[in-house]
Amino acid sequence: MTDQRPVAQASATETGPLLEMRGISQVFPGVKALDSVSISLFPGQVTALIGENGAGKSTLVKILTGIYRPNEGEMLIDGQPAAFHSAQAAIDAGVTAIHQETVLFDELTVGENIFLGHAPRTRFGTIDWREINNRSKALMSQLESEIDPTIRLRDLSIAQRHLVAIARALSVEARIVIMDEPTAALSRKEIDDLFRIVENLKRQGKAILFISHKFDEVYEIAENFVVFRDGRAVGQGRLKDTPQDEIVRLMVGRDVKDVFPKTRVEIGAPVLSVERYSHPTEFRDISFELRRGEILGIYGLIGAGRSELCQSLFGITRPSTGQLFLEDRPIDIRSSSDAIRAGIVYVPEERGRHGLALPMPIFQNMSLPSLGQTSRSGFLKAANELALARKYAERLDLRAAALSVPVGTLSGGNQQKVVIGKWLATRPKVIILDEPTKGIDIGSKAAVHGFISELAAEGLSIIMVSSELPEILGMSDRVMVMREGLMAGMFERDRLSAETLVRAATGNA
Amino acid sequence: MNRLLKNREILLVAIIVVMIAGFATRAEGFASPANLANIFNDTSILIILALGQMAVILTKSIDLSVAANLAFTGMAVAMTNAAYPDLPLALLIVLAIGIGAFLGAINGYLVWALQIPPIVVTLGTLTIYRGMAFVLSGGGWVNAHQMTPSFLNVPRLPVLGLPVLSWIAIFIVIGAWFVLTRLPFGRAAYASGGNPTAAVYAGIDIGWTKFLAFVLSGALAGLSGYLWVSRYAVAYVDIAAGFELDTVAACVIGGISIAGGIGSVAGAVLGALFLGVIKNALPVIGISPFAQMAISGIVIVLAVVFNARAEKKAGRIILRDRAVPEGSA
Repeated sequence: MTDQRPVAQASATETGPLLEMRGISQVFPGVKALDSVSISLFPGQVTALIGENGAGKSTLVKILTGIYRPNEGEMLIDGQPAAFHSAQAAIDAGVTAIHQETVLFDELTVGENIFLGHAPRTRFGTIDWREINNRSKALMSQLESEIDPTIRLRDLSIAQRHLVAIARALSVEARIVIMDEPTAALSRKEIDDLFRIVENLKRQGKAILFISHKFDEVYEIAENFVVFRDGRAVGQGRLKDTPQDEIVRLMVGRDVKDVFPKTRVEIGAPVLSVERYSHPTEFRDISFELRRGEILGIYGLIGAGRSELCQSLFGITRPSTGQLFLEDRPIDIRSSSDAIRAGIVYVPEERGRHGLALPMPIFQNMSLPSLGQTSRSGFLKAANELALARKYAERLDLRAAALSVPVGTLSGGNQQKVVIGKWLATRPKVIILDEPTKGIDIGSKAAVHGFISELAAEGLSIIMVSSELPEILGMSDRVMVMREGLMAGMFERDRLSAETLVRAATGNA
Repeated sequence: MNRLLKNREILLVAIIVVMIAGFATRAEGFASPANLANIFNDTSILIILALGQMAVILTKSIDLSVAANLAFTGMAVAMTNAAYPDLPLALLIVLAIGIGAFLGAINGYLVWALQIPPIVVTLGTLTIYRGMAFVLSGGGWVNAHQMTPSFLNVPRLPVLGLPVLSWIAIFIVIGAWFVLTRLPFGRAAYASGGNPTAAVYAGIDIGWTKFLAFVLSGALAGLSGYLWVSRYAVAYVDIAAGFELDTVAACVIGGISIAGGIGSVAGAVLGALFLGVIKNALPVIGISPFAQMAISGIVIVLAVVFNARAEKKAGRIILRDRAVPEGSA
């Protein structure tokens, strides 16, 4: 890495690190999620962990909380080697995490939620309710809140639940606090409250790892930063010495347009027009046009409403307002079968959950949306289904022992090919690809990208949702950026740059 | 896993053959063609019900009301026959299938439109349908002398060496195989159970598919209502009490996954025959009636354990392949 900055904070801090990770690597079959990462957390300081989706932040959190055990590297707490064999071991060592989605129980009281799993006992071994309520109250008042510990969680607001989650994290005598996008669901005022709590924790000498996409917050609360990219720590240092541009550059890093060669395609007339599409909770006022042969990239952070928008174009959820035009005719899509009939198909992000019936044979999965095409007068024709499957299996270079084996026996890349083949077989006009290369190996990625280009060249219109900047930059003719359910910008190919997209997606003007 | 499934069916055939051979050493003539045909005839109703149950289970549902449906429908047609002896038998059979299908449609509608879990719906309708049979009959019996000879005798008529009842079962088996493998409904049933979300994405209406499965199950239960009453020459409220569990057991033994989406017609039929052979053999080889229930229960549990292990193995293969994307997320 040419842009690796020297590790600066050791000299800038009076005390030694509370927690040190040295050369941590985490390998999953086919993927190196973390590659020799070294970071340090200091008492009384906030370290911001910044990186794109999939850069390895969650993996790091899981190692720190004892859920994963790293393949390489060592961890030191107070200079002493430490290894977490279980989540409990991490808690015992004083590491606690406040997760993005709070894992709490609606039907239990605040006190029960806070002390679930480590409830104080009376001398008879029964649960000491008075102690629970007193300590809960103390914890809540430490968080400047007066929530009654005997209230059930389901009666609290989202922000109050968040406080309960924080109280739960602090109830275990933690010295190292991990906050995984704690502000995602909070309003500005609630964020201010949260930051006061963080300042409070700092004064108590706790080391805090703060994960956030939002630069203004990071600069407001954190002293140090670490930038992750592709599983590596590509830069770290003190925030007050580092301008924002530098961090964006570290986050995005490379210029990889050449790795994704997109064939030039003559862009035709509009095929699909979306006018002021809105959903009660997920997105609002989305308007765009998709033209023949065009690849429209949709970029944004997780939770920006991209998948929800695509699912509503496919009839899985209904928009509250807005109109859809297909080749200048208004259409109404009430269900996925309407969408398929109209020529709009959706290749979902989660193959296993949305895409395939794993116990069923390959050819039956492929023909499932095209049964009208392959059946004769209402009867299934296995020969036609097999012919259809064979055609697309050849085209996609699907590797399988036979088309009659269950899809569940295939590798991830080949399963993805079955999903794509299944939708191509319906001969669509518009194909929506949601994270088309997520979780597949580099070789299959290149093949999928080449194939997407080919489809565009044949005149298909493509919407490609992706969290991977290189993919978006390399493949798209235009990019729509979404942020918090709104359109944050539409960029033509000649105006595309990683920096612009990240700024639009994170709300940094 | 197709090969595994096939193996499982071949294995079931082997187990059944070994069982018959074993029983034959204890009871002479057990393996004679006449006795085997008799066992098949005896198991016919279970086979028919198990196939309906299978269609429902494939869609990730369960129909616990089949035996109650059978009792109500059997009572209804028996009373009709007793009251109007001139009505042709064909009409009565159509009536039985129609009533059964209607009761099945009630289950299906509740599951589809109100999204109530099938086990809750059919537990409720189980009681309702049996209660309706009670209301209809006032608790009384319809005995053989009140039924017309054709009502009683047609299922027993031998055709080409087998009674009509057996032939009906054979036709239903062929029909079920055709429906489940050759009609879009069958494919939709497998897909709805195999992965409901993927099925929705593929444009399949899961609710409608479940509804149809319940109607099919109900129609077969209705047909069985007539066959049962005719076979035992009596109709009363408690006929076939608890028989719904035999139909579920037959499916599970035959390798139909309770989680939905996996299973074959051959499996369900073999599962039913497995139960039929045991039920017929235990009295013949002199096992005390008190022990019979317990023994057939133990055998069912063993078969289920065997199946669960086979399914687990298949599951692991899938997990290993899926671990990659999940781990890298």
